[in-house]
Amino acid sequence: MTAANNGRALPRAGRALPWALVTPALGWTLLFFVLPFIAMGLSSLTAHEGSGFTVSNYSQFFTNPSYWQAMVNSLEVTAIVTVVSVLLAYPFAWILAEQVPERWQRLALMLAVLPFWTSYVVRSYSWLLVLAQNGVINRALTGIGVVAEPLQLANTRFATVTGFVHFFVMLLTLTIFANLKQLSPSYRKAAADLGAGPVRTFLHVILPLTLPGIMVGAFLTFVLCIGDYITPQILGGNNELLMPQLVMMQIGRRGDFPLASALSIILMAVVTIAYLACARWLKIERA
Amino acid sequence: MSASSASRNPLSTLRSHLHAACAATALLLDAGSFAQAADLNALIWCDHSDPALLQPFEEANNVKVNVKEFEGTGAGLAIVEQSQPGDWDVMVIDSIDVPRGVEKGLFEPLPDDKLPLADMFPQVKMEGSTVVGGKRYGITEKFGYNTIGYNKTKVDPADMQSMAALTGDKYKGKVAIYDYYLPVIGMAALAIGKKTADLTEADLPALKDELLKMKANAKLVGEVTASQTALATGEVDILVGGGEWVTAGLAKENPALDFSIPKEGAVLWSQSLAMFKDSKNKDMALKFIQYIMSPEGQARLATSSCYWGMPANTKAALTDDQKKILRFDEQPGFLARAQAYPAPNADLDKKMQDMWTEMLQAK
Repeated sequence: MTAANNGRALPRAGRALPWALVTPALGWTLLFFVLPFIAMGLSSLTAHEGSGFTVSNYSQFFTNPSYWQAMVNSLEVTAIVTVVSVLLAYPFAWILAEQVPERWQRLALMLAVLPFWTSYVVRSYSWLLVLAQNGVINRALTGIGVVAEPLQLANTRFATVTGFVHFFVMLLTLTIFANLKQLSPSYRKAAADLGAGPVRTFLHVILPLTLPGIMVGAFLTFVLCIGDYITPQILGGNNELLMPQLVMMQIGRRGDFPLASALSIILMAVVTIAYLACARWLKIERA
Repeated sequence: MSASSASRNPLSTLRSHLHAACAATALLLDAGSFAQAADLNALIWCDHSDPALLQPFEEANNVKVNVKEFEGTGAGLAIVEQSQPGDWDVMVIDSIDVPRGVEKGLFEPLPDDKLPLADMFPQVKMEGSTVVGGKRYGITEKFGYNTIGYNKTKVDPADMQSMAALTGDKYKGKVAIYDYYLPVIGMAALAIGKKTADLTEADLPALKDELLKMKANAKLVGEVTASQTALATGEVDILVGGGEWVTAGLAKENPALDFSIPKEGAVLWSQSLAMFKDSKNKDMALKFIQYIMSPEGQARLATSSCYWGMPANTKAALTDDQKKILRFDEQPGFLARAQAYPAPNADLDKKMQDMWTEMLQAK
C-alpha cells in the first residue's frame, strides 16, 4: 500500500504475495460456494422427470399459492423475529456496556452467550417442553388462576418466534455491545455541552452511531432465520410451512432436487435483496 | 445404465459429473469409515442402527456393518446416485418403492430359494412391488399400520373404531397428524370409502376436503419424533397415521397408548430389503438379508429401539409379552382389513404432495 502510494511499482515477488495470501480463501469460496451454486442453478433448470432445460420449477413457485404462502410466512416470521430481537437486545447490550462495571463485563457477556453452548436442536426441544400444554408456562398460568384452560403455545408461530428470538437476542447483543464499546465518551460529553438531555443524546447521537452494529446484527438475524429449518419444524408443529420446510419436503420421498434447487435460489435472491437494502450500513469501518 | 447415459443431454451429464465429484469428495472425507474392504455398507432406516440388531450378525460373520440412515426414498436414492457403484451393499426401502430402484438399474435379483418366503405373512409379501419382471428385487422385512393411535385413558376406545371421530368436534384440538402424505392420504381415502389402490386424480378434491377437515381438528402435523412425543406427553390424545410403530415401543412406560383398526380399515406400511447390483460383497449382503429375515433377526428388528413394528416372518422369535404388545395374534384379522399404501405414478405423486402442502398451509 505504501509502495503504491509512493508511486513505485512493487517487485515481482511483492506483487505475487497478496495473491498467494488470498488464494486459499478464493479457492475455498470457489470450491464450496461458487461451484455448488452453479450446480444448484443448473439443477434448478432441469425437470425432475425427463431431460432438457425448463423454467417450470420457477413458474411453480409463482403459480402455486401454497408455495408463495411459504415465502410470505418466512418473511413475516423473519421480520417479527428481527424486530423483537433488536428491541430486546439493544437495552440488554446497553446495560452491559454502560451499567455493568468494566471488570464484570467479560463475565456478563459470557453468561449472556451461555445458551450458545447448548445444542440448537436440544434448545428447540427444551422450548417445546416449556411451552407445551403441560409445560412450565401453562402450569404456572393455570396454577395462579390467570387462565382456566392451558393456552396453545407450542406448535404455533408464537413458539417458532420464541425459539428464534431466544437465539438471536444473544447474537444481536454481541454486535450492538461491540458497537457501543467503540463509541468515544466524547460524543456524549459534546452533546451534553450543547444542551442535549439523555433522551435527545440517545436519539440523535448514540442511536445513529450504533446503527451499523444494529444493521449487521439484524442482517445476520435475517439471513440465519429465513434459512432455518430446525426451529420451525420442531416448534411450529407444521401448522404453516416456511421456505426451508418447503425445500426439504421436495427432497424427502420424491427426491425432486430441481424444484428444491429452484426454491433455494429464490430464497437466496430474497437474502440478496435484503443485503442490498442494508448494504450502506454493512461496512466494517465507521464513516 | 449405459443405454440411458448415451441418450442423456449435456446438462444431465454435467450434473452427473458434479454429483460424482461431490460423492468422491464425500467418500474421501469419509474414508475412515470405509477403511475395511470386507465391511458391509448398508443404507438403512433408524431401526437397523440398533446395536442389538447388528452385533450378533457382525460377531457371527466377523464383519463390520457400516450404516447410513436416511429418511424418504428420494433422499436414499439421491445418496446412491451421488455414490460410486459398489459403495453400498444393501438398502432398506419402502416396499412400494422397490420398482423405483429397479427402474434405475440399482438392484440385484434375490434368490427365492434362499429366503424364508414360506414363513412370511402372505399379505405382506407385496409381490406387486417386490417382484418385477418375474424376478424378486426386494423382500418385506417389517410392516405395520398407519391407522389411529390413541391414549385409551383420554378417549373413548369405541370412538376409535370409526374414522369419523377424526373429523368430528368431540376431539377437536386433541389430534395430531403424522407428517407423511401417502399414508394419511390413504387414510383419507378409506374415510371417504375409496380403495387406496384405485386412487386417481379425480379423487383429489374429495381427498383434499377430508384432509382439511382433519387439519381443522389437529393441533399439529408432526414427523415421527414430534408426533410420538405429542402423544406420549399428552399434548394430543389421538394420532392420525399412528399405529404399533408409535405405541408398541412406549408400551412399558405408557401402557395407556394403543391403536385401533377402524371399521373403514387401515393403511398397511411395509419396508423391504434390497441388494445392490454393484455390491462388491454380494455373499455377505445375502447373508445379512438372511439374518434379518431369520427368526432371531426378525425379533430384534421388530423390537428395535428406534421403533417397533410387526416382523414379516411369522416365526420371529418374539417373547409372549412382545407378541402381546404387537398384537401378533390379531394380525390375520388386521391384515384382512388393511389396504396397501397408495402407490401413485410420478405425476399423481406430485399432485398428492402439492395437496398435502396446501393442507399444511391451511389456517
